[in-house]
Amino acid sequence: MTDLHAAPVIVARTRAGVPAVEVRGLCKEFRRRDRRAGLLARKTRVALDGVSLEIARGECVAILGQNGSGKSTLVRLLSTLLLPDGGEARVFGHDVFADPRPVRRLVNRVSVEASFFKKMSPQENLGYAARFYGMTSRQTRDRIPEILERVGFPADRRNEPMEALSRGMQQKVALARALLTSPVLLLLDEPTTGLDPRSKLEVQEFIREVRTVHDATILLCTHDLAEAESLAERVGILHRGELLCLEPVHELMARYSSLTLEEAFFAATGTAFEEEGDDDDREVLA
Amino acid sequence: MRAIAMTLRHELIGLGGIVERNVYLTRRYIWWDVAFFLWTVANTLTIVFIAKGIEAAGGRLDVNRATTSLLIGAVVWAYLGILFEFMTETVAWERWEGTIEYTFMAPLSRPAHLGGMGVFSVLYGLLRAVLLFAAVAFFFDLSMPRADFVSAVALLAIASISFIGIGMMTAVLPLISPEKGSQLGFVAQGLLLVVSGVYYPVSVLPAWMEWLAKISPATYALRGARASILEGAGLAWADVWPLLVIGAASIPLGLWVFRRGELYAKRHGKLKRSG
Repeated sequence: MTDLHAAPVIVARTRAGVPAVEVRGLCKEFRRRDRRAGLLARKTRVALDGVSLEIARGECVAILGQNGSGKSTLVRLLSTLLLPDGGEARVFGHDVFADPRPVRRLVNRVSVEASFFKKMSPQENLGYAARFYGMTSRQTRDRIPEILERVGFPADRRNEPMEALSRGMQQKVALARALLTSPVLLLLDEPTTGLDPRSKLEVQEFIREVRTVHDATILLCTHDLAEAESLAERVGILHRGELLCLEPVHELMARYSSLTLEEAFFAATGTAFEEEGDDDDREVLA
Repeated sequence: MRAIAMTLRHELIGLGGIVERNVYLTRRYIWWDVAFFLWTVANTLTIVFIAKGIEAAGGRLDVNRATTSLLIGAVVWAYLGILFEFMTETVAWERWEGTIEYTFMAPLSRPAHLGGMGVFSVLYGLLRAVLLFAAVAFFFDLSMPRADFVSAVALLAIASISFIGIGMMTAVLPLISPEKGSQLGFVAQGLLLVVSGVYYPVSVLPAWMEWLAKISPATYALRGARASILEGAGLAWADVWPLLVIGAASIPLGLWVFRRGELYAKRHGKLKRSG
């Protein structure tokens, strides 16, 4: 069993006493060409509408929402992959948009797509990712097999190309990639979507362990109500870009006079959780 | 001071990671690269045989000199093609693989990121250029008694600083248009070479194109490579200093253009197609 405390030292400094994540009035719109409305017409889709939240260090917060509710946009904004139209975000006190470099050292992300170079092996892909964080081949030579072993990846498949691996296996490599860089804030964007039940449980167990042993703060965006309930201390509901609530599950159920999280979601949004979010409802011609 | 040294070390490791990744990918796709190389050889031959064709049609020219001159032009054309292809793939390939967001959220500066692509493309391109020159020369009984190949390759390497800068500008195009952007790298290659005397002296160009030739790094690379191989002239300062000046301007300009494109993509959610 690998000791996760043996992870390399985080390069960027975290500031004591500040929240892991502070988001204030975050807004994001996407403008797309609308050929039906005319040559130069644009339509605007509101992805995030004044979202504010705070996550304490070491906390696990889950955000629930349908497709198109803005979950991935929130994760991408915190990952420095998008620029906002309004509002601000800080990660351990660092301004995500004005000073992204230290934020990038502190954050890593696991998304629904594993996203690797398909012809390269897990070992090569992880080595590539590690170089960006200043880890030399000497440092990763032992570290990568250790982490792959830790996530339950079979040793005899380390050198196979990613394209030969199942989706569950690829997702384990994605978790290993995130862990390899010792993130202080882990952004999980539907990390178990599409996995078989066993792989899903393995990933969830691993998330629990990372949090406990590694002292990571976790923002989990998910479709899975049971996953949110079992992993997170607080659950938020994001609906059409608005964060409707963010509180412990029992308080959330009490607020909506519901017996289950699903009922609470329905009461909060007026839609069943399984219903697809309709992006077009939110589009207005610009 | 220590912090600067640490940052520099970190950047160099990241730059090395980009080179290392390209080595892995080149190894994985090696047979495709061999096939593409054979196509390049065939394409180069179609150009280089023109000198013999003119002689066969009754034209009077120094066939050996014309053949070598055309060969140098075709090799530089192929070299630029590979260099711009790699630079443009900085974004295009990663978007296709789906890794682009992980690369862009990593704590590696964009100069190191693009520099890694540039270093690999120059090393790979120069190796390929040497092999291409040798393979095509094999078809002709070329006499190059005074050739200074080391100087020719060195000049191409110096010119590559400018080419990388221009390549950075073309690399941004797939961020703006995921579907068509990468093809515009070939437009840059063609425009650069047409004014630089790729198969003809710059003096035959219209006056306005001759002026453009003065600010094209390919002009000095071609002129210097031809002088080195045909005359054994060695590295001429008259070719080196314009390349250094253009390189010093094109790298910051390329980084600036890429930065603007990156900001545009982040503002409009174009880093990833489903943004």
